[in-house]
This record gives sequence, structure tokens and C-alpha cells, in this order.
Amino acid sequence: MNAKALAVANLAMRYGEREALRDVSFEADAGELVAVVGPNGAGKTTLLSILAGLQRPSAGSVSRAPGEVGWVPQQPALYSKLTVAENLALFARLERVADPDAAVEEMLEQTGLRDRASDQLSRLSGGNRQRVNVAIGLLSRPPVLALDEPSTALDPGQRERLWSFIRGLAAEGTSVLFSTHDVAEVQRYAARALVLADGRLLFDGTPTEFLAEAGRDLDGDFEDAFVSFLRARRQR
Amino acid sequence: MISLLRKDILILRRSRLTVALLVLYPVAIALLIGLALSRGPAKPRVAVVNETAPGARVEVGGRSVDVSDYASQLFDQVDAVPTATRAQAVAKIQSGDVLAAVVIPRDIAARLSSDVSQAHLEVLYNGNALEQSLVQSSLNSALAQANLGFSEQIQHAAAQAIGLLLKGGNLGVLGAPRNLVGLGEIPSLLRRVIAHQPPGPDRAALERTLAFATFAAENLTLSKTVLQTISQPIAVHTKLLHGRRTPLDTFAVVVAVAISEMFIGLLLAAGAVALEREEHVLGRLLRGSSTGRARGVLLSRNTLLAEKSLLAAVCAFVVAFAMLAGIGAFVGLDWSRVPLWLAALALAALAFGALGVSIGALAREVRAASLLAFLLSLPLAFLALVPSGSVGHGLYDAISAVSFVFPFKAALEALDAAVNQSSPGLPISLVHLAVLVALFGALARVGLRRLD
Repeated sequence: MNAKALAVANLAMRYGEREALRDVSFEADAGELVAVVGPNGAGKTTLLSILAGLQRPSAGSVSRAPGEVGWVPQQPALYSKLTVAENLALFARLERVADPDAAVEEMLEQTGLRDRASDQLSRLSGGNRQRVNVAIGLLSRPPVLALDEPSTALDPGQRERLWSFIRGLAAEGTSVLFSTHDVAEVQRYAARALVLADGRLLFDGTPTEFLAEAGRDLDGDFEDAFVSFLRARRQR
Repeated sequence: MISLLRKDILILRRSRLTVALLVLYPVAIALLIGLALSRGPAKPRVAVVNETAPGARVEVGGRSVDVSDYASQLFDQVDAVPTATRAQAVAKIQSGDVLAAVVIPRDIAARLSSDVSQAHLEVLYNGNALEQSLVQSSLNSALAQANLGFSEQIQHAAAQAIGLLLKGGNLGVLGAPRNLVGLGEIPSLLRRVIAHQPPGPDRAALERTLAFATFAAENLTLSKTVLQTISQPIAVHTKLLHGRRTPLDTFAVVVAVAISEMFIGLLLAAGAVALEREEHVLGRLLRGSSTGRARGVLLSRNTLLAEKSLLAAVCAFVVAFAMLAGIGAFVGLDWSRVPLWLAALALAALAFGALGVSIGALAREVRAASLLAFLLSLPLAFLALVPSGSVGHGLYDAISAVSFVFPFKAALEALDAAVNQSSPGLPISLVHLAVLVALFGALARVGLRRLD
């Protein structure tokens, strides 16, 4: 569990005059569940999209190539006219997985969607689509998985099933980074939290350490702590 | 690339209505445009009221012409509806049964025969500006032809009369003396008489008469030629500078096929690229392709664009060739030129595919891409068909510039050269298309820099 699965050093991203990320550095262990939190425009999606290889950073480095980082975008990136199995098979071939058929079978098993394998994506619920979305990110068995707000638009039941699946992946050694607006998810599922605001990494530690940093009790309200933490940082 | 191609074909197979519309709509539009181009304007229905007495004849230059023959000649260019009275003709116009009416007045024969007073026809018409213009131009053209016919008859009669004056003989005119001496014979007769005349006032008078007769005979001979020139002052000799003359129907076939090919190539390519963005898959497919961290890249932008362009181009090519071959069964096309058709169709399809992917790369969703492709297609087709001289110089130059940077005109020229041997030649058009493929391919690549 101590091997560093991912190392990010001095990452910066500029869009013209605007700095979306400023000198962000962190590491993630194998099997670690890392939450990336922050207000809108903090740079969460920019950070994850750089890790996934969607954007080239203005400065800094990422230890993993895009092919080693499984990417799960916020909106399911799937073909709605194809079936679950066809979507998985297509991306398995594009990812050049050694045995695409075996990979499809494995993902159908893991997502619990075997009985829906022949259904077109357009007929699936939002939760099931998101499960396929995550499964595609895992097809090549990447050591690192980056998920951009994976539980958005899911109902509590679907969310619970999704997190159970993601925690299972982490337990098997996949390093998982996920962005979220739901700070309760950070408290409940993340081993570590990266707090971003205005492109800066303000905090890197466990949720418990975050509560302490925010001056709250260990069983205090995480959301309240998060808001007061950001307010205090802005006032400095 | 093969996996992506298979996926696109699978999606197309599951979108049968879209594919049917994609093929049927452009083919229908193309055939309509082709039909409109290949056929001249329909003859307007015109009521004809002939008020002259039955069998009335016009005497022109000693010739007699039946007024009914004149009327039928006059109305050859319209769909003539014989009508008994002027009032009935007016009623037909008001009911929309005919577009116009022409009244041939009772006194037309007398006026034409008088050689001094001009004959008049009355034209009554109604309808919108377009219909009025159609009737006016048809009748003006018919009248111009009829007037030309009359003037030729007058010239012919005058030339005959001059010929008789020069040659002599029987003039055929009632009351004229028989076996008259011809003006052309007089100089030689006078010379013989003068030769036997002693010098004196009589001989001098005869010599003056000889000079006049010689001058008059020479000038009358010349006036026959002058009359012929006056009857048809401008004779037309046509010469095509490049290629060979293209029949209108085979050109219409080329236009119809090019339009179909453009619609299919453009809409399919634009839709296929835009679908990747609409399904949010673009980022997943292309991630890493521009980050310098190339390991694990699923697809490069070039591969994605090439696959979409090729798919659209192949579909457009197949439909366009089937259409050309199908129409070729009914229109006389030179089948020995099929390899050239294939070359023109293939490169045109690729150019349309390249333009399509550049549209798709810029649009955020399939509907926007399809609408943009559709909105671009029709104006491009119409601009490419604007003939030089039909608009002002500046506007034509602007139209030519726009047509030059989009593939429709180049495709039309390539196909026209391949099918009809028209100019500019096929190689120039193929090079033009190849340049456009590269240009729009590069533009599409820029459009795909945005992955969201």
C-alpha cells in the first residue's frame, strides 16, 4: 500500500490570463481513495482532465501516461445506440486490451450488468449508465482511476451501489481519484482529501485532519467545516 | 480505426430512418433540380382570338399568305387555346385558365397588305410578375420570329422583281407587257445601235443613255446582295473555346449527381463527428493525443477524422455512382469514360467528407452539425450554377471566390469533365479537389482541439 501509484509535481494550467491551476503537487498510493473537493471553478475538473490526458498542462509533470489512468468523465461517455456489451467491446479493442472478450465478461461481472448486456445504453437508467461509464475506465486495468463527479445525478440507491463498486476497486489496489461537490462523500469514502480553491491546493490530508485544520470536532459536520475553512482561507 | 468504422456502421444500421432520409432526400432534391435544368420553360397557355374572316390572306411582296398559317407560326412558342371572342378570352384569363390572350384584329390582312400602315396585335394578360414576364418574353420572341418571316418574304419578292427587271421576260404582273427587255441587256443593245450612228447630237444622247443603263444594271445587281444582308444582318457562327459542347440533359445529370453526393458526404461526415462530441466520447477517444504523453492514446485526431471522412465518402460515392449509372441507362452517357467518372466521384466524395468533418468538428451536437451542413449545401450548389454575365462583375467575382474555396464547384467541374469532356479538364479539377481535402482536413483538426 506504500508504493506511490501517482505523483503530480508543480502542475499549472493557464487559459490566457486566467490561472486554472497553480503549482499543484501531490502523490497517491496504490489502493488509495483520494477526493478532490472545492467550490465551482476551483480547478477540480482541470486537474483530473490533465491526469487523464485530455489537456496538456502549462507547466508541471504527471508520473503516469494517459493510458495508465482510467478516465471516467462526469457525463457518461458512451454510445447510446450500442448495447452495454458492444460499448465495452469497442473500448476494449480501442484500448488494445489483450483479450477484449474476457475483459468485457469481467466488466459485466463487476458491474452486475450481465443481464443487461444486450440492452442499448439508451434504455438504461442513469445509475447503470454510470456503472458502464466507470467500467470502460477500468477496461485496461489501469493502476490509477480518475472520476469526475461520478455520483452526480444518481439517486441515493444508485449512489450507494456505485460507491460500493468503487471501494471494491480500491480494495483491489486501484488508486482512485474522484472529484465531488458532495463533501459528505469525502467524509464517508475518501482516505484523503485534496482541497482546491482558485486553482491552488489548500489542503492535502485525511478527512479527520481536515476537520482538525478547520477547528472542528472529529464527529463535527464536514460541510460546515469545509465552508468555514474556505472562508477563513479567503480572508487571509 | 477498423473498430471505430465497425461501430459507425452498426450505428448507421440501427438508424434506418436517418439513413433512408439521408439518401432519399438528396436524391429527390437532386432529381428535381436536374429536371428543372434539363427542361426548358413550359409553354404558357395563351388564348388566341382570330377575328379575321376564314381564309383571309395577306399579300406581301406579290406573295399570298394565309392568316391562319401566320397565326399558327406566330403561336408555335405558346400553348395556343383557340377562343372565339375577345370577351371569352378575357374570361379565360380572369378564371386562370390561360395566362394571356392575343387578339388578331379583323383588319390585320388589309394592313399587312397595304405596305404603308403597321399591323397591330392586342395582347391581354394577368398573373403575377413571373407569369407576366414569361408571357411577355414568349410573345415577344414569337412576334420577332413572325416579323423576321415577313421581312424575309418581302426581301425574297423584291429580289425576284429586281431579277426580272435585270433579265427581262414576263413579269407575271397583271397588265405588264410580255417579253420585256431586261435592264442588263440594254447596254449591249445600245452599243450595237451606237456603232451605226454617225457622230452628232443623237449619238451623244444615246451614249448618255448607255452610261445610265450600264450604271443602273450594275447597281441593281448589287442591291440584290444588299437586300439579302438587310433581311438577316447578323448571322451567327458558334465556336466553343474549350472542351466540347455539353448537352443540357447530361449536364443536368452531372448537377443532380454532384448535389446528391454533396448532401450525403457532408451530412454523414458532419453528423458522425458531431455524434462523438454529443455522446461525450471525444475526450475518451482522443485523450493523450495532444498532451505529449502519447503512450496509451486510443486514437489520434487524424485517424478519427480519416475514418469519418472515409465512411462518409464511401457512402456518398456509392450512392452517387449508382445514381449516375442508373440515370445513364436513360440518358446517353459515354460508358467508355467510367474510369474517369470513378476518379471524379471518388475525389469529390473525399472533399465533401473533409468539409463535413470540419463542420462536425466545429458543432457541439448532431442537430447543429446537420443544420449547418444543410444550410451550407444549398447555397453552395446554387452559387456554383450562377452563369457568368448573369450578375455584375464584382458579384460574380465574389461568387466565384466562394465557390472556389468550397468543393461543390470543383466536384461539378470534375464530374462534368469526366462525363461530358467539358473544360477545365479533369486533372485540374482533381488537383483542386485534393487541395480542398487537405484544407478542410486541417480545419477539422483545429476544430477537434476542443474535446468537450
